[in-house]
Amino acid sequence: MTVRSIVEALGLEVLNQADPDREVTSAYASDLLSDVMAHASPGALWLTLQTHSNVAAVAALKELIVLLVNGRNPDSDMLERAREHKVTVLRTSLPAFEAAGRLYALGLRGGA
Amino acid sequence: MMRVWRADLHVHTCLSPCADLSMAPRTIVAAALERGLDAIGVADHNSAGNIPAVVGAARQTRLAVLPAMEITSREEVHILAIFGDLEAARAMQEVVYQRLPGENQPEIFGLQVLVNEDHDVLGFEPRLLAGATEMSVSEIVRRVHALGGLAIAAHADREAFGLLGHLGFVPPDLALDAVELSPHMPAAEFRKRWPECAALAVVRSSDAHWPEQIGACTTSFRLQRITVDELRQAFARREGRCVVNEGNEGASEPWRN
Repeated sequence: MTVRSIVEALGLEVLNQADPDREVTSAYASDLLSDVMAHASPGALWLTLQTHSNVAAVAALKELIVLLVNGRNPDSDMLERAREHKVTVLRTSLPAFEAAGRLYALGLRGGA
Repeated sequence: MMRVWRADLHVHTCLSPCADLSMAPRTIVAAALERGLDAIGVADHNSAGNIPAVVGAARQTRLAVLPAMEITSREEVHILAIFGDLEAARAMQEVVYQRLPGENQPEIFGLQVLVNEDHDVLGFEPRLLAGATEMSVSEIVRRVHALGGLAIAAHADREAFGLLGHLGFVPPDLALDAVELSPHMPAAEFRKRWPECAALAVVRSSDAHWPEQIGACTTSFRLQRITVDELRQAFARREGRCVVNEGNEGASEPWRN
């Protein structure tokens, strides 16, 4: 499914849009950046509550799409970095568990 | 003779990928002197590589340079380690390098420039200094102490990479020497929210990544000389040494003895 269809299905807020037609093949939930670097599949949708600018760097490195949970506000330099590296940043007011559950119900899997 | 020493214990150089490239040794020393500092701690992320250059740049000035390092634990908590000499900092660097996976990608994380005191480029550090080590907070504190250093929870109240944000509270068996707080966190509120830390000394520093930030936030100490041993005494309020004002320079509550 595409970024656009996920945004519509969950009513997500788009904080930075890179490519709405990109296919999302898997998702990963973690708040430890080193864990994401080591274990997230390239191209995954990444659920996190971290808002540091390193989030955008790690997402750029692994071509991840960021989904901020709990209605978190990204640090201004995080959004700046996301724009610079064309990282899509989405936001939901849902907590991580709820957001993951809804994505799973849409058919998205953790997958390697 | 005891006197007050004003220090900014947490200053990065151009070796830290997130720091500005203008953080050159002479620039740092000049900024520190201009702002009336007596001492700085040179603390790059997970490396001691540029400490000799800053020490060299401060030679024949009145600025004391303390070898330091901001070490990232596997919980992604930052520990500010301050060492008695360059050898201890280098020994810690060896330990860190053995437990720091990954390679830097400068276009994403930033350049990691190793320089000499004149800002000549000596090379680029290839390791992922922005990454996390495989050591727990407790192991880092133990190893820093084994090398005679001081272990301070860096920006402890900050959510990103702060000990309290990541671990929720200070583990009771963690032998921290002090906590570094953000400028906006009053010491009294800190002690109320985290009573388990009430006895810990509070310091503040700039965590400067740009030259104009150096000395923006400092801590004053009553000491004879600014050494790691005297700082340890100040944190423990022994031998007449103490933190003078918990780093709220200018707008402080006096240190409660």
